[in-house]
Amino acid sequence: MDTLLVILIDGIVYSSWLFIVAAGLTLVYGVMKILNMAHGSLYAIGAYSAASMVGWYFTNGYVPWASYLVFLAAAILAGAFAGLLIERGLLRVMYGRDEVVMILVTYGVLLILEDVIKLLWGVEAYFAYQPYSLVGRTKLLGITFANYDFVLIAAAVVIGAMLWAGLNRTIQGKLLRAVIHDRDISMAMGINVKRTFFVTFVLGSALGALAGGLTAPALSVVPGIGIEVGILAFAVVVIGGLGSVGGAAVGALMVGIARAIAVHTYPQVELFVIYGVMAMVLVVRPQGLFVSTVARKI
Amino acid sequence: MSSILETKGLTKSFGAITAAANINVTINEKEIVGVIGSNGAGKTTFINMVTGYLKPTGGSILFRGRDITGFSPRQVTRTGICRSFQVAQLFPELTTLENMLVAHAMLSKKRLGMQAPMKSQTNIDTAMAALSGYEIESYADAPVATLPQGIRKLLDIAMAMASGPDLLLLDEPTSGVAIEEKFGLMDTVMEAVKRSGAASLFVEHDMEIVSRYATRVIAFYDGHIIADGPTEEALNNPEVREYIVGSELHLQKPEDDQNAEN
Amino acid sequence: MLKTDNTSRNLCIAFVLLLLVGLILPNWLAFLTTIALAKAMVVVGLVMLMRAGLVSFGQGLYYCLGGYTVGIAGQHLGITDAVGILFVSAFIAGCLAALLGLLLCRYREIFFAMLTLAFSMILYGVLVKTSELGSTDGFNVAKVTLLGWQPSPGQLSLVVYSLACLVAFLTAFFMHRYYQSGMGFAGEAVRENEIRVEYLGVSPQRVVFIKYVLAAMLAAVGGSITAMIAGHVDPEMAYWTTSGEFVFVALLGGTGHVVAAFIGAFLFEVIRTIAFDLAPYTWQMILGTTLLLVIFFLPKGLWSLLKAKKVGGNNV
Repeated sequence: MDTLLVILIDGIVYSSWLFIVAAGLTLVYGVMKILNMAHGSLYAIGAYSAASMVGWYFTNGYVPWASYLVFLAAAILAGAFAGLLIERGLLRVMYGRDEVVMILVTYGVLLILEDVIKLLWGVEAYFAYQPYSLVGRTKLLGITFANYDFVLIAAAVVIGAMLWAGLNRTIQGKLLRAVIHDRDISMAMGINVKRTFFVTFVLGSALGALAGGLTAPALSVVPGIGIEVGILAFAVVVIGGLGSVGGAAVGALMVGIARAIAVHTYPQVELFVIYGVMAMVLVVRPQGLFVSTVARKI
Repeated sequence: MSSILETKGLTKSFGAITAAANINVTINEKEIVGVIGSNGAGKTTFINMVTGYLKPTGGSILFRGRDITGFSPRQVTRTGICRSFQVAQLFPELTTLENMLVAHAMLSKKRLGMQAPMKSQTNIDTAMAALSGYEIESYADAPVATLPQGIRKLLDIAMAMASGPDLLLLDEPTSGVAIEEKFGLMDTVMEAVKRSGAASLFVEHDMEIVSRYATRVIAFYDGHIIADGPTEEALNNPEVREYIVGSELHLQKPEDDQNAEN
Repeated sequence: MLKTDNTSRNLCIAFVLLLLVGLILPNWLAFLTTIALAKAMVVVGLVMLMRAGLVSFGQGLYYCLGGYTVGIAGQHLGITDAVGILFVSAFIAGCLAALLGLLLCRYREIFFAMLTLAFSMILYGVLVKTSELGSTDGFNVAKVTLLGWQPSPGQLSLVVYSLACLVAFLTAFFMHRYYQSGMGFAGEAVRENEIRVEYLGVSPQRVVFIKYVLAAMLAAVGGSITAMIAGHVDPEMAYWTTSGEFVFVALLGGTGHVVAAFIGAFLFEVIRTIAFDLAPYTWQMILGTTLLLVIFFLPKGLWSLLKAKKVGGNNV
């Protein structure tokens, strides 16, 4: 019973984190048809920005509770700025190329960003534990949980809800969905697709960085964290169906719970399970869970 | 005349929409059949079902007495039915000759070789001969992406015919081709078909072309066959005139009282 | 109509030259060349898939499998014969690829890329958790022998170098002919229009399947040679960044000719070695920038440069 509870909570916490990372990735793919390999690097940028901001903030001894606003804002801004640079400086001239070529383009970006991060922040680990310990711990049925984990869950729910509302309840969101649905028709109807791309990429990058910022207090920020996260987000997004935000949520839950089960029962298979789930879903639903196949008309 | 293709009660529905209902068609050896009907009448659905691109919801397809219902396109091709497409299906980055070479290599009874060069002199000679059969040999070295529409259509048909089939299904061979080139294209194609001894069925919107080349016409309307008979007779069928041809067409003396049966 | 093709003759000359040069090459350069040849084997397979329109982001799976085959055969089974091991690892990789290929041959584009990636990450995940095989550190590989002869440590690198040259030569020789064959063109046909292929009576799935299995066997041989020369294997060989590197090299060289993969691999190793020496903190940045420049200015790889020059020369 205890293990079950731990698995459930752990799974949901991990899923929340995965969802926040994957949401930006899937949004960018849905609108721009670019599977951004550098998404993990944006995550890392967010994590580093947040961690150094936390360090600076607490050494100066400002009001602890306000630190959340500051370091999350730092992550979002850093991500948005990086996204802006990448879109304006590079992607813009590459639009219209094959999807697979775009993967390679973003792979190049990933290589570059990994070193940029090392140049900016060095290779030493950063610790930003203060916001993590600040919220304390809770005892639930005899098991102690860090409250920060619940903050993560709440953040995932809020982000998910905001994305949903943004896409379904605002004019801009509806335009975005039009572009997701059919780029050519949208263009013909007078939607400024280029601007939509720009906004989406910046937004997606900011989301990735926000995910990094949110998790920075819960772990040590070291070189290479982005590479692993990026690939996990891939798995999640592919399971849910590329471009589907709802799919990313379900994919994140599946991977999160599966991983938690593995970690608490048979830790040897942790990584295996994540990609095993992905492979299995693709076997059954080649396009992912929430995207349907389109037959070619001849 | 013996029949080669026979469909019995062929039906296709997509959810609530019925694209083809109870299609019974018999094609005889060396026959040239025109298929007419407005857009969405079920002509392409019919071809797609016969060639295995769509699985029929009901009914059966017999080719030379053998049940080929549910065959994949490549199995259908191997049994001796081939088709052309509304939009020519080619390999755009390869040259015309390479397209033809690939067609020959794939359709030959032998397995695809892994070491023997595809561009051997014998293979090239065969392919060039096939191209000249459709009067497109002068385009041999041009990449397909640069070819004009009419040449692409001819290449599409030439590649389909490379298997030496018994039955050729042409899905709108003249669509996308300039009006003044249509008859030239059809002349070339029909001549080649006659040389090969295959039966053919072609979907066409231009009634002039239908009446000039077809010996028999099948008319589709709303997923059903509303007329099937000798060209003249079918084109003058009152239903056909009302739904498909339009009454302004006066190619022949009307024979209004004669109803072609399905 | 038929252009005379001197590739086979040129390959033979290159092979003999490489063997002779091997006798005088400084150690580090012989090492670099061997690694480049080994990686080129993987890339040749990848290029074959790319010609069919498929990008595998998981060739590391077979590269690693080949490496670990050498390690396990030597350390745990006592089999050290270099040539024998190459056959064994190609066979094992072929079997695994035949199994996975049944599934993968139905996928295209991004989904093919992601699924291949997932499979290689599964192997990675298994290896890092297997303490018997050294987990993340991997383990050292026993020195190989050649037909019962145990080369001294000084001779070993020359032996592996020569073996790599021979294997690379055979691969290039047969793959060049393969590209020109019916099966070779079938790949391009699948890339260009699968519906037409299907209507020409050939199964695109089968074409992809065969190519996937061949590519896997080549990758395994490459991995084996790497393990023999480096004397060490670790799970990093299956990590997706390793696979990404292969895609990088394939793109750098281009898919126009079998030799492009070898040129690409050699240049890649040189760029990496130099970049790593000059700027240990920015070598990835240099690689990334190179990749972007190649994609932007030379979408068909470095080979297109050589080809353009050749055509120009003939016209004069």
